[in-house]
Amino acid sequence: MPSVSLTVNGQAVEGEVEGRTLLVDFIRENLGLTGTHVGCDTSQCGACVVHVGGASVKSCTMLAIEADGADVTTVEGLATNGTLHPMQTAFHEHHGLQCGFCTPGMMLSGIDLVGRNPNPTEHEVREWLEGNLCRCTGYHNIVKAVQAAAAEMGG
Amino acid sequence: MSETGIGAALLRKEDRRFITGKGKFVDDINRPGQAYAYIVRSPEAHARIAGIDTAEALKAPGVVAVLTGADMVEDGVGGIPCGWGINNKDGSPMVEPPHPPLVPDRVRHVGDQVAVVIAETKAQAKAAAALVDVDYEPLPAVALLADATADGAALVWDDAPGNICFDWEIGDQAATDAAFESAAHVVSIDLVNQRLVTNPIEPRAAIGDYDESDDSYTLYTTTQNPHLIRLLLGAFVLALPEHKLRIVAPDVGGGFGSKIPHYAEEAIVTWASKRIGRPVKWTAERSESFMSDTHGRDHLTHAELALDADGKFTGLRVSTRANLGAYLSTFGPAVPTYLHAILFAGCYTTPAIYANVKAVFTNTVPLDALRGAGRPEASFVIERLVHKAAVQLGMDPVDIRKKNFIQPDQFPYQTPVALEYDVGEYEATFDAALELADYDGFEARKEEAATRGMLRGIGISTFLEACGIAPSALVGSLGARAGLFEVGQVRVHPTGSITVFTGSHSHGQGHETTFAQLVSDRFGVPADQVDVVHGDTAQVPFGMGTYGSRSIAVGGSAIYMAMEKIIAKGTKIAAHLMEAAVEDVVFDAGTFTVTGTDKTKTIGEVAFAAYVPHNYPEGLEPGLDETAFYDPKNFTYPAGAHIVEVEIDPDTGVVELCGVSCVDDVGRIINPMIVEGQMHGGLAHGIGQALLEACIYDDSGQLITGSFMNYTMPRAADLPFFKTGHHTTNCTHNPLGVKGVGEVGSIGVPPAVINAVLDALSSSGVEDIDMPATPERVWQALQDAQA
Repeated sequence: MPSVSLTVNGQAVEGEVEGRTLLVDFIRENLGLTGTHVGCDTSQCGACVVHVGGASVKSCTMLAIEADGADVTTVEGLATNGTLHPMQTAFHEHHGLQCGFCTPGMMLSGIDLVGRNPNPTEHEVREWLEGNLCRCTGYHNIVKAVQAAAAEMGG
Repeated sequence: MSETGIGAALLRKEDRRFITGKGKFVDDINRPGQAYAYIVRSPEAHARIAGIDTAEALKAPGVVAVLTGADMVEDGVGGIPCGWGINNKDGSPMVEPPHPPLVPDRVRHVGDQVAVVIAETKAQAKAAAALVDVDYEPLPAVALLADATADGAALVWDDAPGNICFDWEIGDQAATDAAFESAAHVVSIDLVNQRLVTNPIEPRAAIGDYDESDDSYTLYTTTQNPHLIRLLLGAFVLALPEHKLRIVAPDVGGGFGSKIPHYAEEAIVTWASKRIGRPVKWTAERSESFMSDTHGRDHLTHAELALDADGKFTGLRVSTRANLGAYLSTFGPAVPTYLHAILFAGCYTTPAIYANVKAVFTNTVPLDALRGAGRPEASFVIERLVHKAAVQLGMDPVDIRKKNFIQPDQFPYQTPVALEYDVGEYEATFDAALELADYDGFEARKEEAATRGMLRGIGISTFLEACGIAPSALVGSLGARAGLFEVGQVRVHPTGSITVFTGSHSHGQGHETTFAQLVSDRFGVPADQVDVVHGDTAQVPFGMGTYGSRSIAVGGSAIYMAMEKIIAKGTKIAAHLMEAAVEDVVFDAGTFTVTGTDKTKTIGEVAFAAYVPHNYPEGLEPGLDETAFYDPKNFTYPAGAHIVEVEIDPDTGVVELCGVSCVDDVGRIINPMIVEGQMHGGLAHGIGQALLEACIYDDSGQLITGSFMNYTMPRAADLPFFKTGHHTTNCTHNPLGVKGVGEVGSIGVPPAVINAVLDALSSSGVEDIDMPATPERVWQALQDAQA
């Protein structure tokens, strides 16, 4: 089996994978980082979004071997030394989550948006999140949380 | 009250684990030595199984076992029971077919479970499943509700002629017919309440873990009601006693009704775990969810409203065909009957109501509850009829509603269809919504839109729900095969911290916060000092779970009653400690006080004495830990007024939501932030039904919308910010005054959206449109009207 070496949440990791192993399965099964979720099998729901090289990627849409040498961030890597990322704080403070299943993907997607567009309008947030499904919140408070995080992040 | 008590918009205690990736969903759990299951599902809508050849699959890499229905029969595994029996008009029972977890002889819908492959890895199990050779002999299938009752339709069950499961009625038919005979106006309508797929974002998953050392089983499963699963799986399917079967429903990623029923996969992994001597884990792929999770709605209805010359409603007559799918799901038969037709009075004084519901088998996935469960179908019937009546009679849609509302001085109000409402102020709620929506400013906005070539419309829905499900004796008399009480246990620890155990289950509703606030409020302790445990039959004494907006009304009330027992016992302890008579001690906000003195004991001091009972009332048990079973006295009746404003581009048929304004009376509000969030989620679900979602089968029973690629889920850009408000009357019959909020959006808003669409299209001559009002459907309606 091929082996992969990559950096996940600042830690060097390696492992043997099958050619067909998806990045999300490597993250969940090999590394035991179960904060990244799988909500569909057609790359629609976005529960599996992680950052690869700083950009949001649906980790069900990337093979683990494609991530060889990459720098990956999952939800477990967002807080630093116990201090929450502003996006995490904003989701908490604006009630941007209910069941919590879509939340990791939503936050990682939101962080990528704010990196590209520091002061997104409501419309821009909604359009950006088209790849992330939530069944609980009606997106109302997710949009507010992303905008609040953007302001906090210096937008 | 404390700062973290009732009414505080307390941020959620449970958030931290979810935002840091530390939530523990079923698929996040791995048991030592576990194997993985993959279910072989029927690709046929209806077929006889002539044979199953598992030889090739058994030889595949990593395969541990391949099990079929024959193996289950051999082990004496029972069928999945239905939780609610409905009787026909003539008193005879419904047709109740068998529901084997693995089908041995005849598959009845695409996705039906035929075999399970268990292997060392998920990929190996899936690969080997493709090698299971099932010899299907296809049979004629009937998938569409409209076809199923036609003469000569294929039969799903040989002993259900015409595919009728039951033919049920409620109300006074003669009185209703008389109302129509003397009516000044009759308005009639034909409605499709389309089939929906529930689609919580977490797919279902289950791990069966048999422990040979004490012959016990643990099932980790994505359910809304762990004790109910224990009852159904233990008592009926596997014949296991309760003390040998533990159900754990850890973090569950949304439910919305599709995680109420007991599912085949729960039985399969539990049974197989003992059979192979290892834990067995199964996680649905989304395409499996589409063909194996229960679906919702799917009604065809003809309804008529009788009115007098002044526009007062004098009679309502409804005839509905409701799809139940191929098998009876746990609460399937209750949804189109006792969760639907008993709502037909709505918030109006209609004196005579009669409804007939024919429940129908089809070769499709079973149907059960979906956020609102029957009540959205009822509100759609009523509010579409009221809109049409206003148009037909040339009445103002506000006036016709106000003319017919039950007035505040009419409560308790007995409807003609079984329910007795306790309280409500429908006109005041409506007025608040009209103001929130700036209803009076609509004409100006419509004129402005017209200058841009856009068609602007406004739609109203004033509705009522029956929630807080439900008084056990009442529902038992109506066919429920379980009680619908709830259990709360409150354990005050020796140093005054508190653990609450609830039979209710949170899968997004925020119980860990809301329920802690109840305790904070009553006991005067910070909510941080209170932890809430749910979702584990080994920890929680009993429970019926979460559905029908029952968590706060029934589960919260049980916790309240347990706290009252704590206070009663604590009063005795405090009186002893303060050398006072019990009747002289009063409790308020966490402190026991001897009336007329400055002598006090905190609940923490009393708890310590209860666990270190050196100086203690004679004859009183030590400890401060009480349990209450709360059986509600009535349903609760949340009500609301939803007003939706849309703009339609006549060139494209695209419907833009310009305003969604909702004022709801959900009873006393414990956490306004969480209540708003529940309203938002329900609104998205209801708007999804009105504009986007439809589950489509073709004539042969193939599921056309089998993934998120072709089933339109509401996305962020499909929705606006919602305007929400409250007009509160407290429930009169539970100790908290609460009613429930989880379903108001999905019950209230769909008719408001469609009424708005029709208002926008009215000038073009369009009178009716089915949900979902997609651009294609709207555009076509405009073309047809102009043709």
